[in-house]
Amino acid sequence: MANVTENREQVVGIGAGAKELATEDMVLNIGPQHPSTHGVLRLRLTLDGERISQAEPIVGYMHRGAEKLFEVRDYRQIIVLANRHDWLSAFANELGVVLAVERMLGMEVPIRAVWTRTLLAELNRILNHLMFLGSYPLEVGAITPIFYAFRERETLQAVMEEISGGRMHYMFNRVGGLKEELPQGWLDRVADAVHQVRTRLPNLENLIHGNEIFRARTRGVGILTPEAIMQYGVSGPIARASGVDFDLRRDEPYLAYGELPVKVVTRQEGDCLARFECLLDQVKVSLDLADLCVDRMRGLPQGPVNQRLPKVLKVPEGHTYAWTENPLGINGYYLVSRGEKTPWRLKLRSASYNNIQALKEMLPGQLVADMIAILGSMFFVVGDIDK
Amino acid sequence: MTLDLVLRIALIVGAFLLLPLIVGQTEHKVMAHMQARLGPMYAGRFHGWAQLIADGVKFMQKEDVVPAAADRRVFTLAPAVALVPYLVVLVVIPVGPGLVGRDLDAGLFFVLAVMGVGVLGAVMAGWSSGNKYSVLGGMRAAAQLTSYELPLVLAASSVAMAAGTLSLPGIVSAWQWWWLPWQAIGMVVFFIAGLAELRRPPFDMPIAESELIMGPFTEYTGIRFALFMLSEYAGIVVLSALTTVLFLGGWHGPLLPGVVWTLVKIFILAFIVIWVRVSYPRLREDQLQRLAWAWLVPLALLQLALTGVVKVAFL
Repeated sequence: MANVTENREQVVGIGAGAKELATEDMVLNIGPQHPSTHGVLRLRLTLDGERISQAEPIVGYMHRGAEKLFEVRDYRQIIVLANRHDWLSAFANELGVVLAVERMLGMEVPIRAVWTRTLLAELNRILNHLMFLGSYPLEVGAITPIFYAFRERETLQAVMEEISGGRMHYMFNRVGGLKEELPQGWLDRVADAVHQVRTRLPNLENLIHGNEIFRARTRGVGILTPEAIMQYGVSGPIARASGVDFDLRRDEPYLAYGELPVKVVTRQEGDCLARFECLLDQVKVSLDLADLCVDRMRGLPQGPVNQRLPKVLKVPEGHTYAWTENPLGINGYYLVSRGEKTPWRLKLRSASYNNIQALKEMLPGQLVADMIAILGSMFFVVGDIDK
Repeated sequence: MTLDLVLRIALIVGAFLLLPLIVGQTEHKVMAHMQARLGPMYAGRFHGWAQLIADGVKFMQKEDVVPAAADRRVFTLAPAVALVPYLVVLVVIPVGPGLVGRDLDAGLFFVLAVMGVGVLGAVMAGWSSGNKYSVLGGMRAAAQLTSYELPLVLAASSVAMAAGTLSLPGIVSAWQWWWLPWQAIGMVVFFIAGLAELRRPPFDMPIAESELIMGPFTEYTGIRFALFMLSEYAGIVVLSALTTVLFLGGWHGPLLPGVVWTLVKIFILAFIVIWVRVSYPRLREDQLQRLAWAWLVPLALLQLALTGVVKVAFL
């Protein structure tokens, strides 16, 4: 497929015959302000016509010094800060912090809290993926899917909002459990929302996934090899789209994932279409997991959803590394404590930072239009890159 | 005679100002309902009917910025070059029997020539803006123009062959219902090529707001930007009207008066243009070129051969 495209372009495409002419390279800055960079990512491209000869991602425009700020906050405050770097996966971000602290404290979390966390993590994953399932078609010029995606997002966000009061930064995790007891009848409303999203998801899928132009724009474009994935530490749906079969929910279970049949979605092609398909299928898997969680939670005995904490929460001296399968990839916190109420160091390993490094390898040789298709398919959040 | 001419010109200018606005408003509402939204609801109270007028007032009040690096004269002239050709085209389009601004003998030839000029506006804007995105957009527009003129002209000439005249009222008069299947391929080719020439989705890569951030129009503000937008909608009207006149029999139709039939057909086609925008992603530049040269040109030639054979054998 790639070869055919190559030949085709040489016959009729942009830049046909350009090699014979004396041309001058043009340096084009994509961003920091550009609609396809979802914030302030900057790419410095060197172009020969529309063909990219060099690409350099320049990060840091949104650096907020999260890691340094962690060091002067106690563990309750850190959760507020930690859920912000990837603003589409706030619940999953909180989770890593509390898991690390609980492990250091040797704290046992009530079973109901564990299952609720699992459910919320999966709902959060669906919310995150729906965002990209809407915004990616927008980048290749299809303007309608995002409205479908947002309708589904609203449905799920209603239940998230009911439980936590927040629509983005849920702040529902606490060390030792959750903030509050679940509202009455909430599980029914979750089951209902999940059912609605599942029945309406085919609308979105039929609109864009089978579209010839969409497939022509994404198939065989921006192929990422498993080797490059290993070298750059790419993770999450992007890695699995290239056949790297690795998912912490299955391979190193945390929360209640050990008791759930986690189906890991993979593709072999490693192109933009495969990444899109991975995301789409992961939504379906997560919807199933959410249903399983709801069923399980209905059968759990009454009990607390959190632990009583001391007024001043001090974590014993030592260090630990807690990593979770965030919607966009592996999210890790390396917590070093010297027995004080603040961490001595809390290193954050965010998924997007590693994922976009591979762009340097993927972009040269591509057209500007393909660059947008590739950039969109790398599913990144700028806050998650710049921390 | 003079009064007649003045009246015709006034009607055409009126239509030129009104029809694009109606198409624009239709696009707002149709897109919105296809995307589970409401669209404009406030301006003018009733379902936001005055939204585009409000937009126009806003555009007029905005500062008209010419970038320091721009080629000033070309930059300021470009919106006019984009818009005026469509006005000129309307002069020769018949809406009913005898209802035409000017019946030119070479009307079809004139229309195609003038429509090609409109694209120059985008090329001029792209080149003169002093902006890299605009240059890329302008180049894409130029590449698109050169590849889509050919199928457009070939498809149109098939109809001219069938009718035996280049005059647009002449073509409509000669039209019979069975031309619909006979010229079907030509119609599809003409419409697709026309969409590409208008830079409407899925052929909007010169503008591509997610790639080139409006391409040639990146640096335009205020009224000049509004003129480009107006030219896009005027282009939709002209393309729909031409397709109606050439392939759908213009004013022919039962019961209703001819003018109404023409307008109905124009708006159905305009609706399709909007529908396509809502449903399809954008092609890549080289895929578009491939579509033009590998599909539309051969199909147009096939239509031309078919027209010739039928014409010689049966008529």
